[in-house]
Amino acid sequence: MKCIIVDDEATARAVVAKFCEDSPEISVEEDFSNAIDAIKFLNKQEVDVVFLDIHMPGFTGFDFVETLKNPPKIVLITSDKDLALQAYEYEAIVDYLVKPLTKDRFIKCLNKVKTAIQNQAIIENASSTNNTLGLGELFINIDHRLIKLKFNEILVIQALGDYINIKTEKTEYKVHNTLKKIKEKLPTDIFLQIHRSYIINFTKIIDIEDNSVLIDKNVVPISRSNKPKLMQHLNLLK
Amino acid sequence: MSEEQPNLNYVKELAGGDQSFEQKFLGIIKSEFPVEKQTYIDCLAKEDYNATAEIVHKLKHKFNILGLQKGYRLAVGFEEQLKYGNSKLKDDFLRILITIENYILNI
Repeated sequence: MKCIIVDDEATARAVVAKFCEDSPEISVEEDFSNAIDAIKFLNKQEVDVVFLDIHMPGFTGFDFVETLKNPPKIVLITSDKDLALQAYEYEAIVDYLVKPLTKDRFIKCLNKVKTAIQNQAIIENASSTNNTLGLGELFINIDHRLIKLKFNEILVIQALGDYINIKTEKTEYKVHNTLKKIKEKLPTDIFLQIHRSYIINFTKIIDIEDNSVLIDKNVVPISRSNKPKLMQHLNLLK
Repeated sequence: MSEEQPNLNYVKELAGGDQSFEQKFLGIIKSEFPVEKQTYIDCLAKEDYNATAEIVHKLKHKFNILGLQKGYRLAVGFEEQLKYGNSKLKDDFLRILITIENYILNI
């Protein structure tokens, strides 16, 4: 993996560079003391991951993430523990390291980045365009193992912070990914997002009551704005 | 009560016996710290508390690197207070900066 380091503090850059140097799977392409120079670099060259400080004069880490059109994976590095929630609102941000960094935590972070990159590649390559009533499948990465899920076995997908929980007829899987990403890979003839945090396989609905649907044993909320869309997908006897 | 003293435990752990990295890293601290300290003094003198909070935020990472845990906690509180225009902890903070300055002169 190729990375860059963006931090206005030289000591902080040196710490990350040292950990990268000690990890054969990652190489530092460049380091920057300000976000603007890093953005210019990324406009010319691709990297897999950016280690990014949040607190920088003039242009914060969050500004940086918002500026990039197709950001690589981002690992935030900060002294503030309380910005974590805000950080996970950004899809590109895969981890959040609190200064001073430790080697063990850095290694865990690299594993997280690797998994996120693999998941993205899998989802991008999955046969998402297969809109033939749930035929087809999706591979998900669980602990470095690729597991095949048939579309028509998936019941409900729920967003849980920076993870998604995929419930199938037999079991459930927690995957480091986003609802938005998986939605792009699901056939629209059987899947529908019915709530900010839920996508359902609407062919599996048992009943609908007020603002919730029952799928297997799962009661899933329907947001008011999505209910008309769901009703359109049902073969309704009026 | 004796003042908390800096140490190189974190730096040594980070270097993992790599002497050249350790020297390089200490060199970075030695060149970066005085500039940050001066920036802090200047911002405080101008009563620019937002800018002071920014530089305190940066300096507190050095406190951590040098094992000053009590100093770090004080810096966290000071940074917050500065955001509300309160500089009551400035003397305590400056004392820590001077302790670090004296320490890095001798390493």
